[in-house]
Amino acid sequence: MASAAVSAVSAPQSELTAQLRGFREVQRLAYACAEAVAAQLKPGVTEREAARMQRDWLRERGVKDWFHLPFAWFGDRTAFVNFRVPLQFFPTNRRLKAGMPFILDMAPVHKGFTADIGYSGCLGLNPVHDKLLADLEPHRELILREVRERRPLREIYEDVERLMTRQGYANRHRAYPFGVIAHKVDRVKERRWSPHLFGFGTQSLKGLASDALHGHRDGWSPLWSPYTFSDHPPQPGLWAVEPHLGFRGTGVKFEEILVVTDSRDPEQSAFWLDDDLPHVRRWAEEKSA
Amino acid sequence: MSIEGATERWVRTGGVELCVAELGDTARPTVLLVHGYPDSKEVWAQVAARLAEHFHVVLYDVRGHGRSSAPKPLRGGFTLEKLTDDFLAVADAVSPGKPVHLVGHDWGSVQAWEFVTVKRTEGRIASFTSMSGPSLDHFGHWIKKRMARPTPRRAAQLLGQGAKSWYVYMLHTPVLPELAWRGPLGKQWPKILQRVEKVPAGDYPTASLPQDAAHGAWLYRDNVRARLRRPRADAYAHAPVQLITPTGDIFLSPRLYDELEQWAPQLVRRSLPAKHWIPRTRPDQLAAWITEFVTANEDTAAGVAPRSTAAGGPYADRFGGQLVLVTGAAGGIGRATAYAFAEAGARIVAVDRDAEGAARTAEMARLIGAPKAWAETVDVSDEQAMEKLAEKVATEYGIVDVLVNNAGIGMSGSFLDTTPEDWKKVLDVNLWGVIHGCRLFGRQMADRGQGGHIVNTASAAAYQPSKALPAYSTSKAAVLMLSECLRAEFAGQGIGVSAICPGFVNTNITSTARFAGVSADEEKRRQQKTARLYGLRNYPPEKVADAVLKAVVRNQAVVPVTPEARGAHFLSRFAPRTLRAIARMEPPL
Repeated sequence: MASAAVSAVSAPQSELTAQLRGFREVQRLAYACAEAVAAQLKPGVTEREAARMQRDWLRERGVKDWFHLPFAWFGDRTAFVNFRVPLQFFPTNRRLKAGMPFILDMAPVHKGFTADIGYSGCLGLNPVHDKLLADLEPHRELILREVRERRPLREIYEDVERLMTRQGYANRHRAYPFGVIAHKVDRVKERRWSPHLFGFGTQSLKGLASDALHGHRDGWSPLWSPYTFSDHPPQPGLWAVEPHLGFRGTGVKFEEILVVTDSRDPEQSAFWLDDDLPHVRRWAEEKSA
Repeated sequence: MSIEGATERWVRTGGVELCVAELGDTARPTVLLVHGYPDSKEVWAQVAARLAEHFHVVLYDVRGHGRSSAPKPLRGGFTLEKLTDDFLAVADAVSPGKPVHLVGHDWGSVQAWEFVTVKRTEGRIASFTSMSGPSLDHFGHWIKKRMARPTPRRAAQLLGQGAKSWYVYMLHTPVLPELAWRGPLGKQWPKILQRVEKVPAGDYPTASLPQDAAHGAWLYRDNVRARLRRPRADAYAHAPVQLITPTGDIFLSPRLYDELEQWAPQLVRRSLPAKHWIPRTRPDQLAAWITEFVTANEDTAAGVAPRSTAAGGPYADRFGGQLVLVTGAAGGIGRATAYAFAEAGARIVAVDRDAEGAARTAEMARLIGAPKAWAETVDVSDEQAMEKLAEKVATEYGIVDVLVNNAGIGMSGSFLDTTPEDWKKVLDVNLWGVIHGCRLFGRQMADRGQGGHIVNTASAAAYQPSKALPAYSTSKAAVLMLSECLRAEFAGQGIGVSAICPGFVNTNITSTARFAGVSADEEKRRQQKTARLYGLRNYPPEKVADAVLKAVVRNQAVVPVTPEARGAHFLSRFAPRTLRAIARMEPPL
């Protein structure tokens, strides 16, 4: 199970595309959820309510299991200001106000396929937020380029961090567990009962743990971190990449799946699962405007 | 005497004749300046000249002062009701049918609070800028509240202001104040102002001073006791108020305004490190704040959404609209400092030799609250370039209010490995950069004579010796001592100097630092290792920036920032041998 995507990569082309289509569909579903919930956010909504709205929206559309339950962060919590313990990631009763930035982050499992997405927005006008979101674009390009060059993940991590520093921002994905900028996702077996532990689906955790075990033997890790255990070239599979910028109480991220294969053709060796996503469309519109 | 370029006229009201002076284009919004005690309208001369570029400026001598005639008899002729009549008469004469923007200093502000809180002036006042003069009604409530429930803090506030008000008690004695003013005090007053209040010498105070001061005693006698005993309960401002508080005022405690929002809902606060006579000592800053406030309120009246007059940061009252120049602003502490000042509403000049980084800092500074921000590409060690920069800044942006000499480079390696070129490089940037900055911009500040502040980024290495950092520590120790000497020299001119000693802060200095006496590869490795260690320490530059702002606000001399910097600073005074032992340790590289 854990290596389903990896085997998919080495499987014939048709099967590969069928598998990727499954992942792409659930990622689109998740982004549709984010856009639908973002459109309903108004002043006074709490983080808990926003998280519940995401959960309900996806449940209605057949999602039963989660890689992790939906998160919602408002205001300076988007930049993880003063976060000390992981429990602070969970939604609180903070209320949304006009001009506040927000992030919706969810990872539904649908028909056995996992998505993990992050959606940044703000309620009304916020030029700082818009600037940060626009400045995320070079990170998307940088990550893809360096993965195609087969650079060690740890070095790519440092390059992303360097770019953020040059832009004048703080690296806020460092606040995630293990400071990860990305983690592997995979297919998950559908069970009738799918419990979760600290917000993470047990099936997915199991997959991650088994990946970690296998990786440990072969010298790679399913967590893409700044530490030595990530000092290896990109491992084929699906990676949910989530660069997260922070700037004085405003945080912005995107999260989407990067497909890494063992193909020798650089174009085919790594590519974004889907290029038709809200943030990508937004950048394209800004360029044409 | 009269104010240069002013046309004068006389307004008759309630048995007195008021001398009214006007400057500037009468079609522009009217700004009415009211003087205090013991003064005449000439106290405003410099502020009025600056405001006349944008506004129709009107000044008048309060009854019994300057060239206005005194009421007869004096007793009962100076009540706030009569002063309000005077104001309305002047306002109707100079700006019929259009509300005026009031500005008051000292007793001018006390009166103006009455004007702006009574019913009959509603619609005649568009805005009010108050400095060094509380409303007697608010003051009365302030005292009553503290008397009714004297917690230790409230009692201390009461006693503090009670002591500051000594002259009010003196003025209530009969005849003696008049005798003193017409005699020796009147003669000595200009010298006292110069010595105690640092008011620049010149054509102020005017010859009418003894007369003004003698008549003005009745301002106190006619109003203070009556209002403090029975303050009005409805003294709410019906126009937007800007409060400018000089923090060094020896007559008024800043605590007096603690609950002012309750009386003036649309309050904009400003504070200024200066003494009581700010119209004489800080005319540029006052004119800038008045201009901004009046323009914003004119825009609101015209239906244009104004830029918010005050940025949101915690020190917005202090730095709003000020010009701040930061060197080394393309990253690390410099960039964070520029952002912190920008958040407080200051105008920013971001200087760095990295053009792209400086431009980026300026761009982001504008986004987070700086009304204006510019990037300048200059190497601080280049004397000519710095001179050019100083000239350009002075002509295009204005005189710098806060200078942050922050640019610096790292240099490690034993003394015997450090070449003369290494020494030259590190001293050129770390020391000469600071010297050029202080020399050029300090000169401009001193010439303007309206205060300012210089912040130099030293280092914990300035007092913590280390065998690994001889050149760097030497340069930073020099910066620390330079700051201390400069602080002494500039103290008399109202220019503060602070040295910041950050300690290990997670910035880019580690990855550009030079490691003397090792191969290029080894240097690279050590840079990475140091960067990683600093990353593990992970002390954010934003906290240093906060310390910089706090140092300026409090005018602190030496500010160690991180706990290790504070610890070393403490040890340097009480256990220097410990530091010497630490100096011998090999850094873990």
